[in-house]
Amino acid sequence: MPRLNAATRHRVAFTLNGKPVSLEAEPRLLATDALRHGLGATGTHVGCEHGVCGACTIQIDGQPARACLTLAVQLEGAAVTTVEGLAPERDRLSVMQAAFRRHHALQCGFCTAGILVSLDAYLREQPAPSEQELREVLSGHLCRCTGYTPIIRAALEAAACLRGEPLSQPSDREPAHV
Amino acid sequence: MKIETISWTGQSLERVEDAALLTGRGRFIDDLGVRPGTLHAAILRSPHAHADILAVEVSAAAAMPGVAAVIIGRDLARLTTPMVAGLKVAVENWPMAVERVRYVGEPVAIVVARDRYLAEDALDAIEVEYGPLPCVVDPLASLQSDAPVLHDRAGGNLVSDRRFRYGDPEAAFADSAHRVEVTIAYPRNTGAPMETFGVVAEYDPHEDAYDILANFQGPFSIHAVLARSLKVPGNRLRLRMPPESGGSFGVKQGVAPYAVLIGVAARIAGAPVKWIEDRLEHLGAAVAATNRVTTLKAAVTADGRITALDWDQIEDCGAYPRAPEPATLYRMHGNMTGAYDIASIAIRNRVVLTNKAPTGLVRGFGGPQVYYALERLMQRIAVELELDPLAVIRTNLIPGGAFPYRTASGALYDSGDYVQAFDLALAEGRLADLEARRDAARAAGRRYGIGFAAVVEPSVSNMGYITTVLTAAERQKAGPKNGAQATATIALDPVGSVSVHVASVPQGQGHRTVLAQVVADVFGLPCEAIRVVVDLDTGKDAWSIASGNYSSRFAAAVAGAAHLAATRLRDKLAAIAGSQLGVEPAQIGFAGGAVFAKGDAARTLPFGRVAALSHWSPALLPAGVDQAIRETAFWTPPELSAPGEDDAVNSSLCHGFIFDMAGVEVDVETGKVRIDRYVTMHDCGRVLHPGMVEGQIRGGFAQGLGATLFEELAYADDGAFLTGTFADYLLPTATETPDIEVLHIETRSPFTPLGAKGVGEGNCMSTPVCLANAVADALGVAELKLPLTPARIAALVAAPEPALPETHRQRTGGLGAAKPGDRALRGQGQAEVAAAPDAVWAMLLDVDTLASIIPGCHGVSKLSETHFKADVTLGVGPVKGRYKAQIRLSDLDAPRAATLSGSVWGALGTGGGSGRVTLTPAGEGGTLVAYSYEAAVGGKVAAIGGRLLDGAARAIIGQFFAALARRASPARPGFIARMLGRRP
Ligand code: FES
Ligand code: FES
Repeated sequence: MPRLNAATRHRVAFTLNGKPVSLEAEPRLLATDALRHGLGATGTHVGCEHGVCGACTIQIDGQPARACLTLAVQLEGAAVTTVEGLAPERDRLSVMQAAFRRHHALQCGFCTAGILVSLDAYLREQPAPSEQELREVLSGHLCRCTGYTPIIRAALEAAACLRGEPLSQPSDREPAHV
Repeated sequence: MKIETISWTGQSLERVEDAALLTGRGRFIDDLGVRPGTLHAAILRSPHAHADILAVEVSAAAAMPGVAAVIIGRDLARLTTPMVAGLKVAVENWPMAVERVRYVGEPVAIVVARDRYLAEDALDAIEVEYGPLPCVVDPLASLQSDAPVLHDRAGGNLVSDRRFRYGDPEAAFADSAHRVEVTIAYPRNTGAPMETFGVVAEYDPHEDAYDILANFQGPFSIHAVLARSLKVPGNRLRLRMPPESGGSFGVKQGVAPYAVLIGVAARIAGAPVKWIEDRLEHLGAAVAATNRVTTLKAAVTADGRITALDWDQIEDCGAYPRAPEPATLYRMHGNMTGAYDIASIAIRNRVVLTNKAPTGLVRGFGGPQVYYALERLMQRIAVELELDPLAVIRTNLIPGGAFPYRTASGALYDSGDYVQAFDLALAEGRLADLEARRDAARAAGRRYGIGFAAVVEPSVSNMGYITTVLTAAERQKAGPKNGAQATATIALDPVGSVSVHVASVPQGQGHRTVLAQVVADVFGLPCEAIRVVVDLDTGKDAWSIASGNYSSRFAAAVAGAAHLAATRLRDKLAAIAGSQLGVEPAQIGFAGGAVFAKGDAARTLPFGRVAALSHWSPALLPAGVDQAIRETAFWTPPELSAPGEDDAVNSSLCHGFIFDMAGVEVDVETGKVRIDRYVTMHDCGRVLHPGMVEGQIRGGFAQGLGATLFEELAYADDGAFLTGTFADYLLPTATETPDIEVLHIETRSPFTPLGAKGVGEGNCMSTPVCLANAVADALGVAELKLPLTPARIAALVAAPEPALPETHRQRTGGLGAAKPGDRALRGQGQAEVAAAPDAVWAMLLDVDTLASIIPGCHGVSKLSETHFKADVTLGVGPVKGRYKAQIRLSDLDAPRAATLSGSVWGALGTGGGSGRVTLTPAGEGGTLVAYSYEAAVGGKVAAIGGRLLDGAARAIIGQFFAALARRASPARPGFIARMLGRRP
């Protein structure tokens, strides 16, 4: 990595949701600020700026990462995916997004972007997760509104749907106890 | 006239809000663009719990790049007046400290700069000289006569003391077969929405007007307070809210003081100013729920019937009684008997101030504090009288036929059938299943307990309840306050489409969807045809002081007002259509997007045509119809009257009912509480959207669970705030939050337009005590202190710990014994240095050497032979800052030993400590330097968490000795590798 000078701005170029983007960034500029205020991709949210809440989760080269703990200059050359890149088209929802809407898996929606981005990466690796596995993935995200259960329901249903299985009846599910 | 054909209301429709939120197109405050030239603010906060501000030096900060203004308390005081409080006491509620700081995290200065990074840089350059004062953090200690007084002019920390008496409590206690008593210290916690506060403010000097965008939960009751504080009439303070909010749970009412601060910053800077709060600021200084010490006594008959309650509540409002406090203490005033039929109550309510952040609205608002005491008491009655806890609850429940029911302290419970709800919750094998699980677990030697809680959930607050804090004579003088004005506007545009505006700022609950459902039903339109706009502007939207989205009033009051406005407009449209179709308005129906003469299919008009008529052809309006363009309805229920002469108050309009039961298992090894089963039964009147009601219940449950097991805004004895990150203030995650069973019965409220009641807060009231009752049952203990952390559980179940070995006690004793809650950092270690003891000794006393070996040192000056001053930059975890340090040497025993004591202070915090260093000759002419230290920290850094601090202290001290060793033997590279023999 080239040595960066704290006092000057550096050009950072990467792809954001498949499109090439670039901006001028001081070395200390956080990736969250670069995405949100530099590039106008305000879907990624900031809930704590210390790596705990997960609201700022983005994918860097397919791997989930906390954008609040990432510097903008670290995005150089990477493929970055944010919540804005999850739907197949601007006026449609992804399978997971639609399941969230059906199950009321969001209220204020502030935590939702990070959760969707995490689940997107996770389901690529584990297309058939158990409820317990999903709870563990979700435990990297704080949601203060929903009590999580609707999120789990939505994620299980979306995973099944992505595997091509028919929708199960939510009432078939035994309540889970953690 | 029943003309709705499809009832959207009551269906779990997908929310209109969701598509934007799911695709990253939400419009939260920090997502909205700002005007070009907008500057950014950062706030310097007090590291002291209590201190006089002796001097503030801002010139270095003001000269830094990009800085437009630095504002301190004096500047604020010049342009504003203190914010009025709900109490008549001699306390100045400044939103930023003027002469004295009274809690850690209190704003002291604001920097306005070109961007946030530059503003934060400049904070470090502000020098504040504090004169620390003794502080008090415990509400009981604050009542003592020798306690430090926060506000000298108030004369003491007790700012309100009122006694109430309803029925004949003395006689009931005198006659009672039993008396049962609980004492509870309910902790501080908060709603912790995922989005923090944000404000963008602008000031027009020609019109002397402020325009402030803030993510308020609802600015209505606070608008008057803010206008007065900013010294402008209400019509020169325009408060606007963004379309979306990232949760509030009451807390976002607390953005109010920042509206003043950023408004003034914009005025001084001469440009729009934006400020987004960070998480540390939020946890430390936004809004806390009150912590409360309650002693509750019951007079009980032999068969467990309660004849009287005696409440003694000591409410801790923190450093300033900020409006609407002491509302937390009075919101429940009408329902202090909970779900029970109890004829007599005595209440003593005291409000005290302590050196902690001010309190305010947090979901549950007074309910958790009250019901925790009341329902713990119910369990204790069962235990002490050896009765079945369910029997104790059932005998005391208000009977089914008693509604509307007037409580002893004046609430009018609108509707309910508590006994039926209770019986249903236990039925269908639910209780049997719980008991079987308990018996099996206990048979296997595990600690399993069952808890219950019955709670009345008040909603739609009576504006006047807060005046119960005043005496009847004081109320008389101030003029009566009452009611719950809600408002909604329905507008028809020239193409006949329908828009809805309400004065209720949603915080993620889905208001737009429900309002569309309610209004679509009135007009017989498809739900998608209704457009609801909820971002609010006090400068041009209809609102009133009681408007807003608090006390769970949306479904009951706001959706009801929308229904009312829509119905009025529909009646006008019926008159218009009647005149067009030649039938009586009463014969007009609305369905499927059409307006028609009932029973005559040929006479039909499209809805849009009738709806647009007032725009296009007002001459065709029938007599008696002025216009059918826009209808604003205000609604306030007559049941909400002002408190009476006798202090009886109907504090809320609606009263839902909740009965919860839980089975928990406590792992005595780890102290973990596992929730095995949780059942929650609700009666919230008519359910407008089942999915959202369930969402409220599950979300409230999760917050209640957090309050029970994890969450506390904790302070050290010296007032240091200890839980400033989400690694310290723990919220439940998906692995701690179990699925729960939600049940309903429905008794509609006769007092609300739609029969609905509030449902948003109930589980914050019922869940903590239900779980605590279960844990008490599992462990067979009487006293529990929330949150039930593993350490607290371990202390309840564990055998007493073996005494410390003698040597260890001596060692720590020598450094000052640790107090409970003390956050001292302790450590010891040794290092080998390749120089003789006298050489090392000389180095330790030499300014230049010290300057080169103290980590992060920018220079040392010698005040005397044994007294040094240094300037250092230290980093602790994510918080790096510049500090001033003083070091003194004492107990000198040259060249063998010395005691070093020192203190550091800076914008980020303070610290102090001492250590003993001993030098002993080691092999090859070297010296073994051994040290032990004890240090304590306060201020912002203290909120970071013990583990990080400990690690940082070790690292810094390690660096010091490594540098000493390096300096002592510069010619021997590689020596460092073998010289550090530090023990952890
Ligand atoms: S904002 Fe990045 S984890 Fe919270
Ligand atoms: S939906 Fe509000 S924080 Fe998750």
